Amino acid sequence: MTETVTLPKPAIEARPPGVLTRLRYLEPSNLLWLLLVLILLFLVAVPIGKLLVVSFEQQGTGAFTLSNYATAYGRVRYLEALGNSLILGTSSALLAAVFAVPMAWAVSRTDMPGKGLTWAAVMGAFIMPPYLGAVGWILLAGPNSGFINQAWRWVTGAEGALVNVYSFPGLALVIALHSFPLIFIFVKSALDLISSEMEDAANILGAGTMTATRRVTLPLVWPAILGGTIVVFLETIALFGTPAIIGIPARINVVTTQLWQFFEYPVRVEVAAAYAMPLLLITVGIILAQKLLLARKGYVSQTGKGGERRIIRLGVWRWPVFAYCAIVGSMAVVMPVAVLLQSSFAKAWGRGLLAPGNFTFDNYTYLLFRHEMALSSIWNTLWYSATAATAAVLIAVLVAYIVTRKLVPFGSALGFLAMAPFVIPGIVMAIGFYAAYAAPPLALYGTALIIILAFTARFLPIAFANASAAVRSVHPEMEEASRILGGGRLMTVARITAPLIRRSLLGGWLIVFIVASRELSSAVFLVGPRTRTMAVLLYDLSEAGNFEVLSAFGGLLLAITLILVGIGMKLAGRDFMLRRN
Amino acid sequence: MPRLTLKGLGKAYGKLKVVDDVDLTLEEGEFVSLLGPSGCGKTTTLRMIAGFVEPTSGSITLNGQVLSAPGAVLPPEKRGMSMIFQSYAIWPNMTVAENVGFGLTLKKLPKEEVRAKVKRILEVVQMAHLADRYPAELSGGQQQRVALARAIVVQPAVLLLDEPLSNLDANLREEMRFEIRRLHDEFRFTTVYVTHDQAEAMATADRIAVMQGGRIEQVDAPHVIYTRPRTRFVAGFIGRTNLIEGRFANGEVGLDGFALRSDQIPGSMPASSQPILLSLRPQGMALHRGRPATGRDGVPLLAATVAQRTYLGESWDYIVHPEASGLKLRVTAPPLQVHEVGESVWLEIDPQQIAVVN
Repeated sequence: MTETVTLPKPAIEARPPGVLTRLRYLEPSNLLWLLLVLILLFLVAVPIGKLLVVSFEQQGTGAFTLSNYATAYGRVRYLEALGNSLILGTSSALLAAVFAVPMAWAVSRTDMPGKGLTWAAVMGAFIMPPYLGAVGWILLAGPNSGFINQAWRWVTGAEGALVNVYSFPGLALVIALHSFPLIFIFVKSALDLISSEMEDAANILGAGTMTATRRVTLPLVWPAILGGTIVVFLETIALFGTPAIIGIPARINVVTTQLWQFFEYPVRVEVAAAYAMPLLLITVGIILAQKLLLARKGYVSQTGKGGERRIIRLGVWRWPVFAYCAIVGSMAVVMPVAVLLQSSFAKAWGRGLLAPGNFTFDNYTYLLFRHEMALSSIWNTLWYSATAATAAVLIAVLVAYIVTRKLVPFGSALGFLAMAPFVIPGIVMAIGFYAAYAAPPLALYGTALIIILAFTARFLPIAFANASAAVRSVHPEMEEASRILGGGRLMTVARITAPLIRRSLLGGWLIVFIVASRELSSAVFLVGPRTRTMAVLLYDLSEAGNFEVLSAFGGLLLAITLILVGIGMKLAGRDFMLRRN
Repeated sequence: MPRLTLKGLGKAYGKLKVVDDVDLTLEEGEFVSLLGPSGCGKTTTLRMIAGFVEPTSGSITLNGQVLSAPGAVLPPEKRGMSMIFQSYAIWPNMTVAENVGFGLTLKKLPKEEVRAKVKRILEVVQMAHLADRYPAELSGGQQQRVALARAIVVQPAVLLLDEPLSNLDANLREEMRFEIRRLHDEFRFTTVYVTHDQAEAMATADRIAVMQGGRIEQVDAPHVIYTRPRTRFVAGFIGRTNLIEGRFANGEVGLDGFALRSDQIPGSMPASSQPILLSLRPQGMALHRGRPATGRDGVPLLAATVAQRTYLGESWDYIVHPEASGLKLRVTAPPLQVHEVGESVWLEIDPQQIAVVN
């Protein structure tokens, strides 16, 4: 028998213990909680608070004023940009739903051929940085030498252009082509949960396949369709890259590009802050409304049970349905990537690679060996993203652990702070970081640190959702079993919990790393001359207008993304990026 | 010397008292089962003993030293106890041997000694051949054996078990009950066993503490709990019984339609005449086809009708209706004693098996 049970001083029964006794029994988690609160305030609350404050401050003096709002909403051009954002968001979201819903239905419920290819195309569209698609589509549908227009003139002998990417519909189409995978993932996972018995029940009452699909299946996935469409709308109004690359030359001004103009010299961060408010309010408002709607009982009618699922035989319709998926897939991935790659090896992209003497490696060798910033931007991107992903996962797992295990009272406040950036558009967050930390006393402008901090804050919700799921999957008794055998809390976390959640945390780390490595909207406001990331440099190159070099840099970015995703699939499973949180 | 003592132990969440003024003392090497329906506070009591939950009143003492009191709780890892969990909590990232050896390595025992002890205990639980397997490759019963081995190999000051068998199927559960008792007979650890299954408690425990609404209703040896339940709850929760309201007056207990002599009923009667509640087990009565010769003095014999019957395999379960009485009594009879519904029978009541409950 072991007789190791001792107390420093036998506590007297039923007497309130003194402060010293309490301190002795205090768990380190309380201290950690305090530290995490400070970190989260610094990362999330202060930037957003500062954004609100500076929107009411006079530049230079800091005195209270409403003039920023007067400036921000005092010109027709600025108000038009607001309207444009809303119209663009709506039309891109609807177009994306038109692309995604039939594809999700075909992959989930029918015997359409080429499901694997369709899945690959969706995955491709999902991992491809959006601005690369924009560059690809400029090469495809530019009014003068875009390949589609060249082909059109060659076939018909006409003079004008068939399509023009530098237009509102062109912009909406390009955005929809890279954002439809979000709706696809939402709808497909909802469809996967609906048992065929639901449809059978309609069939037995006399409904044909089409009627059952229209009257039973679609209404059941309606919340998923709506949810996905709303997410695409919110992503679109907060998107910077594509509107900047296509919209600015086309003279289409949206909120994000207008914010960017407020940051051109002289930087008017106060006006930008005031002008960013609608973006923030719309996002917060819509997400809250959606939560309230979904919380209403009865709206989510699907049960978690999969049940038996029967596949719908399409018959002769198999091929038209596949053709639809193939067209969307090639417009989203195959065509833009193909023209991008061919241009990257061309001396003059419009002449085609087969033209004599047009093939060259020079674009790549120029970027890799002679360009002053290309290599350093790759290096910057990798280490900023890796540091941010590490910090985000570390904070997330600590918060998730404290919240899930209910170690401290009011722990859920931590969870709320960690999830808050979810409702803050990246571009708004970047302006908040600029307002809070760019100027003295911290004077972080132009440093790597401000970018890393912003990335950490921006992608904290992804890491947190991932870490929460991981911690929840470890039964508390797994830890208690170690503690009762003599393991302290920290020792238990290190020996038991950490090995059990390592794999899923790695998956979360990779997702954050990948999305951070292609992040443009927030980076573009925070980079200095020496801290450019690949995404920002690509945007710089697009402004310069050398499409061959731009394409080659896009090729590099694509190659790096593919390598990272490949590593992720190897380590964390094929669908690690597509899992719905 | 009492080893583990709970004194006035209570746990309240706000106004909700989950555990309320629990007093319990375990002797060295004793096996006590906390038995009760879900939500009765038995698991909370166990988790307070383990140190996972801080009490809001009272204390827990081990060998005279206070382990838990409000505001001062010795953390679980310093109590020298071990515990078996409902989910087994076998760590999936470690082999069987690593799981079992974990507690020993924490005590910084030499590697050789750890290996020897793990080997010996795995032989005891008949798992030696699976020492290098991972838990995912084991069946539920095997995982349970690993959990047992892991808990007893450290020679705990107190062994705690939290509904350890509730995830096993019926046959395995019966086997593991005897296994747990066998291990206790071999090692004699002071043991607290939480369960909602009375058969489990009966098969394993030296004493059973029946809990209800956060309080202990009765602590006694299994056969005493069964034959001498002290409260209405205990009588109804442990086995099946007939609860009959009666009235004590002048050395007699008057029931609906007949009376019993109070000196034949064991236990003390109230001092004055007042209503009382009797527990009459279905086994405490017998059915006869014809009127038996009344051999025993004063044993009540009642004419009755069979109202309902159920065949349970091991026995018949009859509901009989004594004439001139509003009572319906449940009576157990052997499998070969068959009566039809509506048949007239004689009901013999054994007063020795009647208990007066509060």
